[in-house]
Amino acid sequence: MHIEWGALGTVFVVAIAVVAVLTSLFAVGVRGLSQRAVAREGGASGTSGMAVAVACFAVCAGIVGYGIYLIVA
Amino acid sequence: MDPSLIVVVVIVAALAFDFTNGFHDTANAMATSIATGALRPKVAVAISAVLNLVGAFLSVEVAKTISGGIVDDTKVTPVVIFAGLVGAIVWNLVTWLLGLPSSSSHALFGGLIGATWIASGADAVHFAKVVEKVLIPALASPVVAGVVALVATFLVYRITQSARRDVVGKTFKTGQALSASLVSLAHGTNDAQKTMGVITLALISSGSLAAGSGPPLWVVLAAGAAIALGTYLGGWRIIRTMGKKLTEIQTPQGFAAETSAAAVILASSHLGFALSTTHVCSGGILGSGMGRKLAEVRWGVAGKMVIAWALTLPAAAIVGAIAAQVSTSGSIGTVLVGIAGVGIALAIYLVSRRNPVTAKSVNEAGEPAPSAPVTV
Repeated sequence: MHIEWGALGTVFVVAIAVVAVLTSLFAVGVRGLSQRAVAREGGASGTSGMAVAVACFAVCAGIVGYGIYLIVA
Repeated sequence: MDPSLIVVVVIVAALAFDFTNGFHDTANAMATSIATGALRPKVAVAISAVLNLVGAFLSVEVAKTISGGIVDDTKVTPVVIFAGLVGAIVWNLVTWLLGLPSSSSHALFGGLIGATWIASGADAVHFAKVVEKVLIPALASPVVAGVVALVATFLVYRITQSARRDVVGKTFKTGQALSASLVSLAHGTNDAQKTMGVITLALISSGSLAAGSGPPLWVVLAAGAAIALGTYLGGWRIIRTMGKKLTEIQTPQGFAAETSAAAVILASSHLGFALSTTHVCSGGILGSGMGRKLAEVRWGVAGKMVIAWALTLPAAAIVGAIAAQVSTSGSIGTVLVGIAGVGIALAIYLVSRRNPVTAKSVNEAGEPAPSAPVTV
Protein backbone atom coordinates (compact mmCIF):
# COMPACT_ATOMS: atom_id res chain seq x y z
CA MET A 1 0.00 0.00 0.00
CA HIS A 2 1.28 3.42 -0.93
CA ILE A 3 -0.35 6.38 0.71
CA GLU A 4 0.50 9.65 -0.93
CA TRP A 5 1.20 11.77 2.13
CA GLY A 6 3.19 14.09 -0.10
CA ALA A 7 0.18 14.74 -2.34
CA LEU A 8 -2.06 15.25 0.67
CA GLY A 9 0.44 17.67 2.17
CA THR A 10 0.68 19.56 -1.11
CA VAL A 11 -3.12 19.82 -1.35
CA PHE A 12 -3.21 21.25 2.16
CA VAL A 13 -0.38 23.75 1.64
CA VAL A 14 -1.59 24.90 -1.79
CA ALA A 15 -5.21 25.22 -0.65
CA ILE A 16 -4.42 27.14 2.53
CA ALA A 17 -2.02 29.50 0.73
CA VAL A 18 -4.40 30.23 -2.16
CA VAL A 19 -7.43 30.62 0.09
CA ALA A 20 -5.61 32.86 2.58
CA VAL A 21 -4.47 35.17 -0.24
CA LEU A 22 -7.82 35.09 -2.04
CA THR A 23 -10.05 35.75 0.97
CA SER A 24 -7.68 38.40 2.40
CA LEU A 25 -7.64 40.23 -0.93
CA PHE A 26 -11.42 40.07 -1.16
CA ALA A 27 -11.73 41.35 2.42
CA VAL A 28 -9.33 44.24 1.71
CA GLY A 29 -11.45 45.02 -1.36
CA VAL A 30 -14.55 45.08 0.82
CA ARG A 31 -12.77 47.46 3.18
CA GLY A 32 -11.97 49.69 0.19
CA LEU A 33 -15.65 49.76 -0.79
CA SER A 34 -16.54 50.60 2.78
CA GLN A 35 -14.01 53.49 2.84
CA ARG A 36 -15.51 54.78 -0.39
CA ALA A 37 -19.02 54.70 1.08
CA VAL A 38 -17.84 56.60 4.18
CA ALA A 39 -15.90 59.15 2.10
CA ARG A 40 -18.83 59.83 -0.22
CA GLU A 41 -21.11 60.45 2.74
CA GLY A 42 -18.56 63.02 3.94
CA GLY A 43 -18.63 64.75 0.54
CA ALA A 44 -15.30 63.38 -0.72
CA SER A 45 -14.95 61.31 -3.90
CA GLY A 46 -13.64 58.14 -2.24
CA THR A 47 -11.53 57.36 -5.30
CA SER A 48 -8.70 55.78 -3.30
CA GLY A 49 -11.05 53.32 -1.64
CA MET A 50 -12.56 52.44 -4.99
CA ALA A 51 -9.10 51.96 -6.54
CA VAL A 52 -8.12 49.53 -3.77
CA ALA A 53 -11.36 47.61 -4.21
CA VAL A 54 -11.06 47.35 -7.99
CA ALA A 55 -7.42 46.23 -7.79
CA CYS A 56 -8.19 43.58 -5.17
CA PHE A 57 -11.25 42.18 -6.97
CA ALA A 58 -9.33 42.08 -10.27
CA VAL A 59 -6.54 39.98 -8.73
CA CYS A 60 -9.19 37.70 -7.14
CA ALA A 61 -10.84 37.23 -10.54
CA GLY A 62 -7.44 36.40 -12.03
CA ILE A 63 -6.77 33.71 -9.41
CA VAL A 64 -10.23 32.18 -9.92
CA GLY A 65 -9.79 32.29 -13.70
CA TYR A 66 -6.54 30.37 -13.32
CA GLY A 67 -8.38 27.83 -11.14
CA ILE A 68 -10.99 27.26 -13.86
CA TYR A 69 -8.19 26.98 -16.42
CA LEU A 70 -6.72 24.19 -14.28
CA ILE A 71 -9.99 22.22 -14.35
CA VAL A 72 -10.38 22.56 -18.11
CA ALA A 73 -6.75 21.89 -19.01
CA MET B 1 -30.06 -12.35 -19.74
CA ASP B 2 -29.45 -11.03 -23.24
CA PRO B 3 -26.09 -9.18 -23.13
CA SER B 4 -27.42 -6.08 -24.91
CA LEU B 5 -30.47 -5.92 -22.64
CA ILE B 6 -28.40 -6.05 -19.45
CA VAL B 7 -26.29 -3.16 -20.76
CA VAL B 8 -29.46 -1.11 -21.22
CA VAL B 9 -30.46 -1.98 -17.65
CA VAL B 10 -27.04 -0.89 -16.36
CA ILE B 11 -27.28 2.42 -18.24
CA VAL B 12 -30.72 3.13 -16.78
CA ALA B 13 -29.46 2.30 -13.27
CA ALA B 14 -26.35 4.44 -13.76
CA LEU B 15 -28.44 7.41 -14.85
CA ALA B 16 -30.76 6.86 -11.88
CA PHE B 17 -27.73 6.92 -9.60
CA ASP B 18 -26.52 10.09 -11.28
CA PHE B 19 -29.91 11.65 -10.62
CA THR B 20 -29.73 10.80 -6.89
CA ASN B 21 -26.13 12.04 -6.87
CA GLY B 22 -27.37 15.37 -8.23
CA PHE B 23 -29.98 16.08 -5.60
CA HIS B 24 -27.88 14.58 -2.84
CA ASP B 25 -24.97 16.91 -3.56
CA THR B 26 -26.73 20.17 -4.46
CA ALA B 27 -26.31 21.02 -0.80
CA ASN B 28 -22.52 20.91 -1.05
CA ALA B 29 -22.34 23.95 -3.25
CA MET B 30 -25.50 25.82 -2.49
CA ALA B 31 -26.54 25.17 1.14
CA THR B 32 -24.76 28.15 2.67
CA SER B 33 -25.80 30.55 -0.12
CA ILE B 34 -29.43 29.58 0.38
CA ALA B 35 -29.11 29.82 4.17
CA THR B 36 -27.67 33.34 4.11
CA GLY B 37 -30.06 34.55 1.40
CA ALA B 38 -27.21 35.26 -1.03
CA LEU B 39 -29.21 33.34 -3.65
CA ARG B 40 -32.91 32.51 -3.69
CA PRO B 41 -33.41 28.74 -3.34
CA LYS B 42 -34.79 28.14 -6.87
CA VAL B 43 -32.15 30.39 -8.46
CA ALA B 44 -29.39 28.62 -6.52
CA VAL B 45 -30.37 25.13 -7.69
CA ALA B 46 -30.83 26.37 -11.28
CA ILE B 47 -27.30 27.86 -11.36
CA SER B 48 -25.90 24.72 -9.77
CA ALA B 49 -27.69 22.50 -12.31
CA VAL B 50 -26.37 24.44 -15.31
CA LEU B 51 -22.81 24.49 -13.94
CA ASN B 52 -22.94 20.76 -13.19
CA LEU B 53 -23.92 20.16 -16.81
CA VAL B 54 -21.12 22.44 -18.04
CA GLY B 55 -18.69 20.70 -15.67
CA ALA B 56 -19.65 17.31 -17.09
CA PHE B 57 -18.35 18.42 -20.48
CA LEU B 58 -15.10 19.84 -19.13
CA SER B 59 -13.79 16.60 -17.66
CA VAL B 60 -11.05 14.60 -19.32
CA GLU B 61 -9.88 12.05 -16.78
CA VAL B 62 -12.85 9.72 -17.05
CA ALA B 63 -11.40 6.23 -17.06
CA LYS B 64 -9.30 6.65 -13.93
CA THR B 65 -12.22 7.54 -11.69
CA ILE B 66 -14.39 4.53 -12.53
CA SER B 67 -13.02 2.47 -9.70
CA GLY B 68 -9.46 3.71 -9.21
CA GLY B 69 -8.39 0.08 -9.25
CA ILE B 70 -10.52 -0.62 -6.18
CA VAL B 71 -12.03 -3.73 -7.76
CA ASP B 72 -10.52 -6.07 -10.33
CA ASP B 73 -11.86 -4.71 -13.64
CA THR B 74 -11.41 -8.04 -15.39
CA LYS B 75 -13.81 -9.77 -12.97
CA VAL B 76 -16.57 -7.17 -13.19
CA THR B 77 -19.61 -8.06 -15.32
CA PRO B 78 -22.56 -5.78 -16.22
CA VAL B 79 -24.74 -7.67 -13.72
CA VAL B 80 -22.25 -6.91 -10.93
CA ILE B 81 -22.17 -3.22 -11.91
CA PHE B 82 -25.98 -3.19 -11.87
CA ALA B 83 -26.06 -4.71 -8.36
CA GLY B 84 -23.48 -2.19 -7.14
CA LEU B 85 -25.52 0.70 -8.55
CA VAL B 86 -28.66 -0.55 -6.80
CA GLY B 87 -26.74 -0.58 -3.50
CA ALA B 88 -25.52 2.98 -4.07
CA ILE B 89 -28.96 4.31 -5.08
CA VAL B 90 -30.73 2.74 -2.08
CA TRP B 91 -28.19 4.16 0.40
CA ASN B 92 -28.31 7.60 -1.24
CA LEU B 93 -32.10 7.65 -0.89
CA VAL B 94 -32.02 6.52 2.76
CA THR B 95 -29.52 9.22 3.75
CA TRP B 96 -31.51 11.82 1.77
CA LEU B 97 -34.67 10.86 3.70
CA LEU B 98 -32.74 11.42 6.94
CA GLY B 99 -31.28 14.68 5.59
CA LEU B 100 -27.71 13.44 6.01
CA PRO B 101 -25.02 14.72 3.61
CA SER B 102 -23.22 11.43 3.00
CA SER B 103 -20.78 10.93 0.15
CA SER B 104 -22.32 9.73 -3.14
CA SER B 105 -18.88 8.54 -4.26
CA HIS B 106 -18.55 6.34 -1.18
CA ALA B 107 -22.01 4.92 -1.87
CA LEU B 108 -20.93 4.07 -5.42
CA PHE B 109 -17.61 2.55 -4.31
CA GLY B 110 -19.34 0.65 -1.49
CA GLY B 111 -22.00 -0.78 -3.79
CA LEU B 112 -19.39 -1.91 -6.33
CA ILE B 113 -17.14 -3.43 -3.64
CA GLY B 114 -20.01 -5.40 -2.07
CA ALA B 115 -21.31 -6.64 -5.42
CA THR B 116 -17.84 -7.66 -6.65
CA TRP B 117 -17.04 -9.41 -3.38
CA ILE B 118 -20.15 -11.62 -3.59
CA ALA B 119 -19.89 -12.27 -7.32
CA SER B 120 -16.13 -12.88 -7.65
CA GLY B 121 -14.84 -13.39 -4.10
CA ALA B 122 -12.85 -11.19 -1.75
CA ASP B 123 -9.75 -11.51 -3.95
CA ALA B 124 -11.41 -9.34 -6.62
CA VAL B 125 -11.53 -6.41 -4.16
CA HIS B 126 -8.23 -4.59 -3.68
CA PHE B 127 -8.47 -3.67 -0.01
CA ALA B 128 -5.15 -1.85 0.08
CA LYS B 129 -6.48 0.39 -2.70
CA VAL B 130 -9.68 0.94 -0.73
CA VAL B 131 -7.68 2.25 2.22
CA GLU B 132 -5.45 4.36 -0.01
CA LYS B 133 -8.11 5.80 -2.33
CA VAL B 134 -11.17 5.96 -0.09
CA LEU B 135 -10.50 5.72 3.65
CA ILE B 136 -7.47 8.01 4.01
CA PRO B 137 -9.02 10.78 1.88
CA ALA B 138 -12.28 10.41 3.83
CA LEU B 139 -10.46 11.09 7.10
CA ALA B 140 -8.20 13.80 5.71
CA SER B 141 -10.54 15.84 3.50
CA PRO B 142 -12.92 17.30 6.11
CA VAL B 143 -9.96 18.17 8.35
CA VAL B 144 -8.01 19.86 5.55
CA ALA B 145 -11.04 21.82 4.33
CA GLY B 146 -12.03 22.66 7.90
CA VAL B 147 -8.63 24.10 8.84
CA VAL B 148 -8.44 26.09 5.59
CA ALA B 149 -11.95 27.50 6.13
CA LEU B 150 -11.16 28.30 9.77
CA VAL B 151 -8.12 30.35 8.78
CA ALA B 152 -10.04 32.04 5.94
CA THR B 153 -12.97 32.95 8.20
CA PHE B 154 -10.65 34.34 10.85
CA LEU B 155 -8.81 36.49 8.26
CA VAL B 156 -12.01 37.78 6.67
CA TYR B 157 -13.55 38.86 9.97
CA ARG B 158 -10.27 40.34 11.16
CA ILE B 159 -9.72 42.44 8.03
CA THR B 160 -13.30 43.67 7.71
CA GLN B 161 -13.68 44.38 11.45
CA SER B 162 -13.88 48.15 11.03
CA ALA B 163 -15.70 48.17 7.68
CA ARG B 164 -19.32 49.22 7.35
CA ARG B 165 -21.70 46.30 8.00
CA ASP B 166 -24.03 47.07 5.07
CA VAL B 167 -21.14 47.11 2.58
CA VAL B 168 -19.71 43.91 4.10
CA GLY B 169 -23.04 42.09 3.92
CA LYS B 170 -23.78 43.13 0.35
CA THR B 171 -20.32 42.47 -1.10
CA PHE B 172 -19.88 39.09 0.56
CA LYS B 173 -23.30 38.05 -0.78
CA THR B 174 -21.91 38.50 -4.28
CA GLY B 175 -18.64 36.79 -3.34
CA GLN B 176 -20.54 33.89 -1.88
CA ALA B 177 -22.69 33.43 -4.98
CA LEU B 178 -19.53 33.33 -7.10
CA SER B 179 -17.65 30.91 -4.85
CA ALA B 180 -20.71 28.62 -4.68
CA SER B 181 -20.84 28.56 -8.49
CA LEU B 182 -17.21 27.50 -8.60
CA VAL B 183 -17.97 24.59 -6.25
CA SER B 184 -20.85 23.52 -8.55
CA LEU B 185 -18.57 23.54 -11.55
CA ALA B 186 -15.93 21.51 -9.73
CA HIS B 187 -18.63 19.05 -8.67
CA GLY B 188 -19.78 18.55 -12.27
CA THR B 189 -16.25 17.75 -13.39
CA ASN B 190 -15.87 15.19 -10.60
CA ASP B 191 -19.15 13.41 -9.98
CA ALA B 192 -20.77 13.38 -13.41
CA GLN B 193 -17.75 11.62 -14.84
CA LYS B 194 -17.98 8.76 -12.34
CA THR B 195 -21.27 7.69 -13.90
CA MET B 196 -19.92 8.23 -17.40
CA GLY B 197 -17.10 5.89 -16.44
CA VAL B 198 -19.53 3.24 -15.19
CA ILE B 199 -21.61 3.37 -18.39
CA THR B 200 -18.48 3.26 -20.56
CA LEU B 201 -17.23 0.25 -18.58
CA ALA B 202 -20.53 -1.54 -19.18
CA LEU B 203 -20.38 -0.75 -22.93
CA ILE B 204 -16.81 -2.03 -23.12
CA SER B 205 -17.60 -5.20 -21.17
CA SER B 206 -20.45 -6.02 -23.59
CA GLY B 207 -18.26 -5.39 -26.62
CA SER B 208 -20.22 -2.34 -27.83
CA LEU B 209 -17.10 -0.22 -27.44
CA ALA B 210 -13.44 -1.05 -27.98
CA ALA B 211 -11.41 -1.48 -24.79
CA GLY B 212 -9.78 1.72 -23.62
CA SER B 213 -12.16 4.04 -25.47
CA GLY B 214 -13.57 7.18 -23.89
CA PRO B 215 -17.25 7.83 -23.30
CA PRO B 216 -19.29 8.57 -26.48
CA LEU B 217 -20.96 11.97 -26.68
CA TRP B 218 -24.44 10.63 -25.88
CA VAL B 219 -23.11 9.15 -22.63
CA VAL B 220 -21.61 12.51 -21.59
CA LEU B 221 -24.86 14.24 -22.51
CA ALA B 222 -27.09 11.73 -20.70
CA ALA B 223 -24.94 11.68 -17.53
CA GLY B 224 -24.68 15.48 -17.48
CA ALA B 225 -28.43 15.84 -17.99
CA ALA B 226 -29.25 13.31 -15.24
CA ILE B 227 -27.04 15.00 -12.65
CA ALA B 228 -28.31 18.45 -13.66
CA LEU B 229 -31.95 17.38 -13.40
CA GLY B 230 -31.34 15.88 -9.96
CA THR B 231 -29.53 19.03 -8.89
CA TYR B 232 -32.36 21.25 -10.10
CA LEU B 233 -34.97 19.28 -8.14
CA GLY B 234 -32.88 20.10 -5.09
CA GLY B 235 -32.18 17.91 -2.10
CA TRP B 236 -33.88 20.36 0.25
CA ARG B 237 -33.58 18.03 3.24
CA ILE B 238 -29.80 17.92 3.02
CA ILE B 239 -29.55 21.61 2.15
CA ARG B 240 -31.39 22.38 5.39
CA THR B 241 -29.01 20.23 7.43
CA MET B 242 -25.87 21.82 5.96
CA GLY B 243 -27.14 25.40 5.75
CA LYS B 244 -29.09 25.71 8.98
CA LYS B 245 -28.62 22.87 11.42
CA LEU B 246 -24.84 22.47 11.47
CA THR B 247 -24.04 26.05 12.43
CA GLU B 248 -25.52 29.50 11.88
CA ILE B 249 -23.87 30.94 8.77
CA GLN B 250 -23.25 34.60 7.85
CA THR B 251 -22.29 35.69 4.32
CA PRO B 252 -18.53 36.16 5.02
CA GLN B 253 -18.44 32.67 6.53
CA GLY B 254 -20.27 31.17 3.58
CA PHE B 255 -17.79 32.88 1.28
CA ALA B 256 -14.85 31.52 3.29
CA ALA B 257 -16.31 28.00 3.46
CA GLU B 258 -17.05 27.78 -0.26
CA THR B 259 -13.79 29.34 -1.41
CA SER B 260 -11.96 26.82 0.78
CA ALA B 261 -14.01 23.92 -0.57
CA ALA B 262 -13.45 24.96 -4.18
CA ALA B 263 -9.69 25.40 -3.62
CA VAL B 264 -9.33 22.03 -1.89
CA ILE B 265 -11.35 20.18 -4.57
CA LEU B 266 -9.45 21.80 -7.43
CA ALA B 267 -6.03 21.33 -5.83
CA SER B 268 -6.72 17.67 -5.09
CA SER B 269 -8.21 16.76 -8.47
CA HIS B 270 -5.29 18.51 -10.13
CA LEU B 271 -2.88 16.33 -8.14
CA GLY B 272 -4.98 13.21 -8.66
CA PHE B 273 -5.87 12.94 -4.98
CA ALA B 274 -9.49 11.79 -4.85
CA LEU B 275 -11.53 13.59 -2.21
CA SER B 276 -15.27 13.43 -1.58
CA THR B 277 -16.90 16.79 -2.38
CA THR B 278 -19.42 16.14 0.40
CA HIS B 279 -16.73 15.69 3.04
CA VAL B 280 -14.81 18.73 1.83
CA CYS B 281 -17.86 21.02 1.87
CA SER B 282 -19.09 19.82 5.28
CA GLY B 283 -15.61 20.29 6.71
CA GLY B 284 -15.47 23.79 5.23
CA ILE B 285 -18.79 24.77 6.84
CA LEU B 286 -17.68 23.42 10.24
CA GLY B 287 -14.36 25.26 9.95
CA SER B 288 -16.10 28.53 9.13
CA GLY B 289 -18.36 27.96 12.13
CA MET B 290 -15.35 27.61 14.42
CA GLY B 291 -13.52 30.55 12.81
CA ARG B 292 -16.08 33.16 13.83
CA LYS B 293 -16.27 34.24 17.43
CA LEU B 294 -19.49 33.25 19.16
CA ALA B 295 -20.61 31.11 16.24
CA GLU B 296 -22.14 27.98 17.64
CA VAL B 297 -21.38 24.63 16.03
CA ARG B 298 -24.04 22.01 16.80
CA TRP B 299 -21.75 19.06 17.45
CA GLY B 300 -24.70 16.68 17.83
CA VAL B 301 -25.63 17.24 14.17
CA ALA B 302 -21.96 17.01 13.14
CA GLY B 303 -21.66 13.72 15.04
CA LYS B 304 -24.67 12.19 13.25
CA MET B 305 -23.15 13.28 9.96
CA VAL B 306 -19.84 11.58 10.75
CA ILE B 307 -21.66 8.36 11.68
CA ALA B 308 -23.45 8.48 8.31
CA TRP B 309 -20.07 8.95 6.58
CA ALA B 310 -18.61 5.92 8.39
CA LEU B 311 -21.65 3.77 7.58
CA THR B 312 -21.96 4.78 3.91
CA LEU B 313 -19.39 2.44 2.41
CA PRO B 314 -20.25 -0.71 4.41
CA ALA B 315 -24.02 -0.12 4.17
CA ALA B 316 -23.96 0.40 0.40
CA ALA B 317 -21.64 -2.64 0.18
CA ILE B 318 -24.16 -4.82 2.03
CA VAL B 319 -27.05 -3.73 -0.21
CA GLY B 320 -24.80 -4.21 -3.26
CA ALA B 321 -23.80 -7.67 -2.02
CA ILE B 322 -27.41 -8.77 -1.52
CA ALA B 323 -28.33 -7.36 -4.94
CA ALA B 324 -25.38 -9.21 -6.51
CA GLN B 325 -26.33 -12.48 -4.81
CA VAL B 326 -29.84 -12.32 -6.29
CA SER B 327 -28.90 -10.76 -9.66
CA THR B 328 -26.21 -13.29 -10.54
CA SER B 329 -28.64 -16.19 -10.02
CA GLY B 330 -30.12 -15.53 -13.45
CA SER B 331 -32.39 -13.27 -15.50
CA ILE B 332 -35.26 -13.59 -13.05
CA GLY B 333 -32.95 -12.55 -10.21
CA THR B 334 -31.83 -9.44 -12.09
CA VAL B 335 -35.44 -8.50 -12.80
CA LEU B 336 -36.34 -9.06 -9.13
CA VAL B 337 -33.51 -6.76 -7.98
CA GLY B 338 -34.68 -4.11 -10.44
CA ILE B 339 -38.26 -4.33 -9.17
CA ALA B 340 -37.11 -4.29 -5.54
CA GLY B 341 -34.94 -1.21 -6.23
CA VAL B 342 -37.83 0.70 -7.80
CA GLY B 343 -40.12 -0.41 -4.96
CA ILE B 344 -37.71 0.80 -2.24
CA ALA B 345 -37.25 4.13 -4.05
CA LEU B 346 -41.01 4.60 -4.28
CA ALA B 347 -41.51 3.70 -0.60
CA ILE B 348 -38.83 6.21 0.50
CA TYR B 349 -40.42 8.89 -1.67
CA LEU B 350 -43.84 8.24 -0.11
CA VAL B 351 -42.40 8.39 3.43
CA SER B 352 -40.69 11.70 2.56
CA ARG B 353 -44.08 13.21 1.57
CA ARG B 354 -45.23 12.95 5.19
CA ASN B 355 -42.68 15.53 6.24
CA PRO B 356 -41.74 17.38 3.04
CA VAL B 357 -38.94 19.95 2.88
CA THR B 358 -39.32 22.29 -0.09
CA ALA B 359 -37.72 25.39 -1.56
CA LYS B 360 -40.05 27.44 0.65
CA SER B 361 -39.41 25.70 3.95
CA VAL B 362 -35.70 25.00 3.48
CA ASN B 363 -34.60 27.87 5.71
CA GLU B 364 -36.80 26.95 8.64
CA ALA B 365 -34.42 25.22 11.04
CA GLY B 366 -35.86 22.08 12.57
CA GLU B 367 -33.91 22.84 15.73
CA PRO B 368 -34.28 25.58 18.38
CA ALA B 369 -33.91 29.08 16.96
CA PRO B 370 -30.31 30.37 16.87
CA SER B 371 -29.29 32.85 19.54
CA ALA B 372 -27.25 35.12 17.27
CA PRO B 373 -29.09 37.17 14.63
CA VAL B 374 -28.10 36.60 11.02
CA THR B 375 -26.32 39.55 9.46
CA VAL B 376 -27.39 40.01 5.88
